[in-house]
Amino acid sequence: MMEILDILVSPNFWAAALRIATPLIFGVLGALLCERAGVLNLGIEGIFTAGAMAGWMAAWLGAGLWGGVLVAALAGATFGLLHAVLTVPLGLSQHVSGIGVTLFATSLSYYAYRTALPDVTSPPRITAFQPLDIPVLSDLPFLGTVLFQQTALTMLALAMVVVVGFVLYRTPLGLAIRAVGDNPAAVEAQGLSVMALRMGTVVAGSALMALGGAFLTMSAFDAFFFGMVNGRGWICIALTVFASWRPGKALLGALLFGAFDAFQVRLQTEVGAFVPGQVFLMLPYLLSILALVMVARKADYPRAMLKPYFKGQR
Amino acid sequence: MSEPLPGRPHERKIVLSLAGITKRFGAMTANEAVDLDLHAGEIVALLGENGAGKTTLMNILFGHYVADEGEVRIVGPDGELVPLEPGSPHAALNAGIGMVHQHFALAENLTAFENIVLGTRPLLAPSTSSRADRQRLEALMRDSGLTVDLDLRVSRLSVGEQQRVEILKALYRDARVLVLDEPTAVLTPQESEGLFATLRQLADSGLAIVFISHKLAEVLSASDRVAVLRMGRKVADLPTAECDRQKLAELMVGHSLSQSRREPRAPGEVLLALEGVCAGSGREAVRDLSLALRSGEILGIAGVSGNGQAMFARLVSGLERATSGRILLAGRDVTAGDARAMIAAGLARIPEDRHRDGIVGAMSVAENLVIEEIRSARYQRLGFLDFGAIAARAREAIAAHDIRCRGGSAISRLLSGGNIQKIVLARTLDAEPAVVLAAQPSRGLDIGATGEVHRRLLAARARGAGVILISEDLDELFALSDRIAVIHRGHLTPARDAGELDRATVGLMMAGHAEEAA
Amino acid sequence: MIRFEPRETVSPLLRTGVPVAAALAALALAALPIMAAGAPVLQAYVLMARGAFGSFFAVSELLSRATPLILTGLAAALAFRARLWNIGGEGQLYAGALAAVAIGSGAISAPPAVMIPLVLLAGALAGAMMMLVPALLKLRLGADEVVTTLLLNFVVVLFVQMMLEGPMKDPMGMGWPQSEPMADAATLPKLFDRMRVHAGLIVALIAALLAHILLARTVWGFEIRAVGENQDAARHAGIPVTATFVRVALFSGALAGLAGVGEVAGLKGYLTADLSPGFGYAGIVVAMLAGLSPLGVVVAALFIAGVFVGADSMSRAIGVSNYLADLVVATSLIAVLVSGLFVRFRIRLVGPGRRASAGKDTGA
Repeated sequence: MMEILDILVSPNFWAAALRIATPLIFGVLGALLCERAGVLNLGIEGIFTAGAMAGWMAAWLGAGLWGGVLVAALAGATFGLLHAVLTVPLGLSQHVSGIGVTLFATSLSYYAYRTALPDVTSPPRITAFQPLDIPVLSDLPFLGTVLFQQTALTMLALAMVVVVGFVLYRTPLGLAIRAVGDNPAAVEAQGLSVMALRMGTVVAGSALMALGGAFLTMSAFDAFFFGMVNGRGWICIALTVFASWRPGKALLGALLFGAFDAFQVRLQTEVGAFVPGQVFLMLPYLLSILALVMVARKADYPRAMLKPYFKGQR
Repeated sequence: MSEPLPGRPHERKIVLSLAGITKRFGAMTANEAVDLDLHAGEIVALLGENGAGKTTLMNILFGHYVADEGEVRIVGPDGELVPLEPGSPHAALNAGIGMVHQHFALAENLTAFENIVLGTRPLLAPSTSSRADRQRLEALMRDSGLTVDLDLRVSRLSVGEQQRVEILKALYRDARVLVLDEPTAVLTPQESEGLFATLRQLADSGLAIVFISHKLAEVLSASDRVAVLRMGRKVADLPTAECDRQKLAELMVGHSLSQSRREPRAPGEVLLALEGVCAGSGREAVRDLSLALRSGEILGIAGVSGNGQAMFARLVSGLERATSGRILLAGRDVTAGDARAMIAAGLARIPEDRHRDGIVGAMSVAENLVIEEIRSARYQRLGFLDFGAIAARAREAIAAHDIRCRGGSAISRLLSGGNIQKIVLARTLDAEPAVVLAAQPSRGLDIGATGEVHRRLLAARARGAGVILISEDLDELFALSDRIAVIHRGHLTPARDAGELDRATVGLMMAGHAEEAA
Repeated sequence: MIRFEPRETVSPLLRTGVPVAAALAALALAALPIMAAGAPVLQAYVLMARGAFGSFFAVSELLSRATPLILTGLAAALAFRARLWNIGGEGQLYAGALAAVAIGSGAISAPPAVMIPLVLLAGALAGAMMMLVPALLKLRLGADEVVTTLLLNFVVVLFVQMMLEGPMKDPMGMGWPQSEPMADAATLPKLFDRMRVHAGLIVALIAALLAHILLARTVWGFEIRAVGENQDAARHAGIPVTATFVRVALFSGALAGLAGVGEVAGLKGYLTADLSPGFGYAGIVVAMLAGLSPLGVVVAALFIAGVFVGADSMSRAIGVSNYLADLVVATSLIAVLVSGLFVRFRIRLVGPGRRASAGKDTGA
């Protein structure tokens, strides 16, 4: 019991929780934007992979870390555009299109990586984002460790929570995005373009998702591995429902998830001798299912989600 | 061209002109060479039956559709008529056209205020509205008398309030032309009167107003001028003062109307009884429903849409479970029954939304004709379908009811509304059920198809079935019903003989004033 | 301006021709990544074709690769027909394989006539149970089955790893995490001497035929189609919607489970955690290429198997990464999705301002 308490009050534990939460924050923000506009984006898993690969590759080729981040976002936006074209003007099944984008983005990333680096046995490494060292702030007790010794990408994720929240709730654009996910006819009747709004939001949301992938190869690790995304995208889709499509709750959900994951890693070192490691590895997936099941009954899905809209239709 | 009416100063000024509008959908012509001029300060009724092309015409005006031929011109800043960019709601809004759709174009997750200011500011502005915007809107509400609680989510507003939000949206954008599509479909007769009083006040302040309707009474009482559409063509355009009911009806239909005749019949034993039934929660809830439907009668249920009719229909259809009370069918307790049990017990259900609940659009006409009985020995053996029997049934039904299609294997989705309803009627009524539940059975149908629906309901009554007719159309209810009950906020009044009721009384009951009406 | 006009009738030629064209287009598009890799494009295609059809051995490889794809394709096609989004074929496949190994690697000994049906049954049952969970979560608690089936894939693979490193580890496996081999009596016989194609193919073909009969000729199939096309109307017409979903979930899971049985009992002989290179996900592509028709699944599975086998063989010869196969598979899914528009609509280019050709639809 005391050990558990020790873990929960340790700043290193909460720093780890925030680190694990970072890619999920990007992913959930991206997913909730798309869904608020009425488009389910199951391309997320592949967009994570593409962001991870493209960002890392750009940095490895000498574009610099921020150059890599930009390339990752562009890669995400491109696959987002593909999904947007398939689902918005063409009105194709969002489920199948999303799976298609995931398969496509994943296989293209793997193929490109293999083609660029055909003969490597161990993955080449880059110098990843380093923990920040901000005078005074980073030396604060507890908070300094938890918040201000993270990498710049974690800071960016936290900033994006505020940005997405501001755009969604304070700007006419956010008003229009929320409206178009509920009733596209209302948006069209007020002279706005349903197609432009939905496509733009899906592209922007996909760029955010890709940053989650970039965090994996450029901050959490310093190399690209096959299969490294490992279902994080799907977890984000579950967490988006859990977060009721709100940026603040998305942060909370991702943090809870990160804390749980960090906790099980520490627990593993305590009881790992008695319980197979796979049990702990399963927990994130089971936890996501549990999170989804808990809120599913009262989940307030955007009313127009999954429904294609054609001009003049009502 | 209309004769200008004397006395009103605005009326000679044309603010909007539609010229030679033609619109085709595939082989169907929805509008053919329609001309229409609108003057400032007048209220024009656009009259026509379902499918006459009224809504299409207004959707072209508002830029939802692009006309194949013809032009819309609107008065510009210097008073000259200038062409309006086709296919752009944005351009229509900027030119001062406001439209109130029949199905409200409101985002229910936003507040009334947010819906009104939506799209009025640059998208990337740092705030959604200013204090000045708010004050201007509040002034508009005071001047027009259209008051709503601006900070409530639209999902919490009543239908009447939502309609006010729609009108405010147009006024907030300084509309000079206001188009309303079937504005009274969701209102009580009293609310409708209130709406038309408001519209008159707006017209007096210089607005040009068009409302779409198929109800003769309101057209006669509320408009200055009537344009009649029939099968896509404008067949008349004349001052309301020169019209009467009979004349408008003939213009609208093209021939004089024959009423379905209801023969007097003594009601028999009770077939369906509801005893204190409660179900659902929130706005959709029904409370303490009691009624007794007898053999050989049509029991009409009147009410403004959204007052629990849907839940009532779902309950009796076996799609919703009662939380308390009992439902008895021919004396047998079917409270816990599901849809299959209700069908088996001899209850036919004609759903309100025939496209959503009535047919599986992607399946064939034949499959839709047998879907309710697919498990009966008539159509299957040991779980394998008997295609011969299914095809034979389809041939029989198509011939007997004149279902216009390319045969039993035609895909149902592509049939007209009237033919889809014929499939539903054949499927539900051919088995001669003891009880029929018909929810809005003629909604959206033209006069011919409506007549067919009425004929079949009366035939069911004549052979001794009990029929529950849920309708928002008082004309239909009075034409068919032996007794009428009114549903309001989930409560059902006791049924009274239709002969002792009139429209005004039922209207009061629909607004919840059952005591005053009694 | 582009205009979509719904077609009233779709000719069989169009219905089958369009997906074929889509698949071929995806294959042709593979020229771009091959070029990007600096390989000779023409030679790459020749090598792929030879690898897939060039010899009796190649065809045998193609058929053995098609076997699990037919089954996972059927699993997806059946579920999607009811609009039940089973994306968990991968997990169900592993569950089936695990059950087959648990029964067939020595736990029970009996003659093949008993063992083989038993192993097939165990695998089907395990797959069905794997899909029952998300189906019930959807029906009882409203949890979206897309997310739950996707996440369960990871859980099952980890569970298999755990079993292979723990209780089911082969003591003779020299430390590798793999199961004990299947008993001879539980092994699906090879169809030809020294070729890998096995009796699982027969099982898959029978399954396709049965699924076709189920959908086209039975009351259950009628109900599945009605629920899939319009759940509200089906419920209103008294069709048991919940029971239909559960039934479809069980069938779908069982089919994917059978794919796993075939791989361990027919091909590999033992279970490892890398048994499937994504057959569950590829099954979705197979189903979509087949237009969700069970018989079409067989053809689509042969195509996808050909892409995999051909790309593998080509990759060995000229060093183009065999992720090319996954790329072609993904591209064909997107291509077939888009091509569906040509089946459902007549697509017309309309000049601005001019009126559209309003010709009567006289059928395709």
